[in-house]
Amino acid sequence: MTAPALKLKSTPLNSIHRKLGGRMVEFGGWDMPVQYAAGTVEEHVRTRKHAGLFDVSHMGEVDVRGPDAVAFVNGLVSNDASKLVDEQAQYSALTTPEGTVIDDLLVYRFAEDHLLLVVNAGTTDKDWDWISSHRENENIELRNVSDNYCQIALQGPDALGILQKLTRLPLSEVKYYHFREGEVDGVPAIVSRTGYTGEDGFEVYASPDKAEQLWNRTLDAGNFGADDGVLPCGLAARNTLRLEAGMCLYGHEIDETTTLLEANLGWITKLNKRDFIGRDRLLAQKQEGIGRKLVGFEVTDRGIARDAQDVLIDGQRVGRVTSGSPAPFLKKNIGMAYVPVEFANEGRAIEIDVRGRMVAAQIVPLPFYKRPKQ
Amino acid sequence: MANVPENLHYSKDHEWVRVEGDTAVIGITDHAQDQLGDVVYVELPRAGDEFVANEAFGSVESVKAVSEIFTPVSGKIAEANDSLTDEPEKVNKDPYGDGWMIKIKMSSPGEVDSLLTAAEYEDFTKAENE
Repeated sequence: MTAPALKLKSTPLNSIHRKLGGRMVEFGGWDMPVQYAAGTVEEHVRTRKHAGLFDVSHMGEVDVRGPDAVAFVNGLVSNDASKLVDEQAQYSALTTPEGTVIDDLLVYRFAEDHLLLVVNAGTTDKDWDWISSHRENENIELRNVSDNYCQIALQGPDALGILQKLTRLPLSEVKYYHFREGEVDGVPAIVSRTGYTGEDGFEVYASPDKAEQLWNRTLDAGNFGADDGVLPCGLAARNTLRLEAGMCLYGHEIDETTTLLEANLGWITKLNKRDFIGRDRLLAQKQEGIGRKLVGFEVTDRGIARDAQDVLIDGQRVGRVTSGSPAPFLKKNIGMAYVPVEFANEGRAIEIDVRGRMVAAQIVPLPFYKRPKQ
Repeated sequence: MANVPENLHYSKDHEWVRVEGDTAVIGITDHAQDQLGDVVYVELPRAGDEFVANEAFGSVESVKAVSEIFTPVSGKIAEANDSLTDEPEKVNKDPYGDGWMIKIKMSSPGEVDSLLTAAEYEDFTKAENE
């Protein structure tokens, strides 16, 4: 192990993670738990069956206020922020002039003159520089408020029942990708019905000095310690849960070399809205067709595909694994990869070069996992 | 605190060796399995394969990562624990027992003498964690 060059940042829950037996690792410049005592498999499965609690305080937040807030943001992102209503959230992307991805993010609308952008931890500084450098003479106030929020995510079929014990907000009335402002355990908070696991659940934003209270009270309300109680979950479970749900992870499926259309993110690419950075290139790519496409695959041999391994078709190296892992709930070995579009059909046999051994796999539909309808 | 049985020899790559005549039984230590987390896949050699000391003979994978496993002694594989194919979790549950990995017929039994004792291995893992 080499010593990190810079001091790692820590969330307000750092000492709690250590008390809970969290194994701490560096992630995007932050000191974060990769797993707790229960282990990744149990954390993952518990989230699918009951509930998991995640510290996501490392995520960045950018506050945009003023009469031009929506117009300014809409010029930078691919989805149509003008379609948002108050108390609604939208998945979107910051794009380069080439139509590739600076970051993926959530855009929250509090009012027609107030948005909050929630961005990835490792890209917060880059995003802030990009967003603030595109400011011209709009009537807005722009602030990096990442240090003003802690964020915890409670995910899983039991999430609503657990969180409801701590708030008078009518949680069942909050629709998916909507949010409310209110109190959780008496603490002023933003309660958003969003997440990154493929389960129902909530993300709660509050003042960092209330993080420990919210975390501990949520564990208590969720019967942490019982076999069917909530479990604190680390980054490893967060990754396998999002992978089973077929969601992109910045730096893996998407980055500044991949376009939104290649990454199956056409659904957040609104080419008919007013101009945004990269629109022309994305429009051209849509008309010409993409050369490669992100697909899901399932390993059919023995073996586990891992990130950055080569994909072969008919003996030719044609692509690369973006994320590969065992899937603890599905009990399969799965992954996502870019392959030339002519090979990107479901059922196609591919091979993965697993450290020199060619392992058979098959392209399958995304997502791998979809939660059962309530 | 990780379990480090007295009667075994240890490598700095966190393998243990139990000598049975001219055969060495090899697995990974309790400390190693704890660091790895849930073991979900183990790849082992076949009987008859030959390895020299410190060569990788297989790999062990958790959800998050792959680690190579090295043989601390040279020789020919007498037997691999193929039950780990279907029950890799034995490596977590019983690293010194049912979770053993290979039995190797040693070509240079003297190699065992250069391995760490239980006390030395405990000091080594403590130093490594500091």
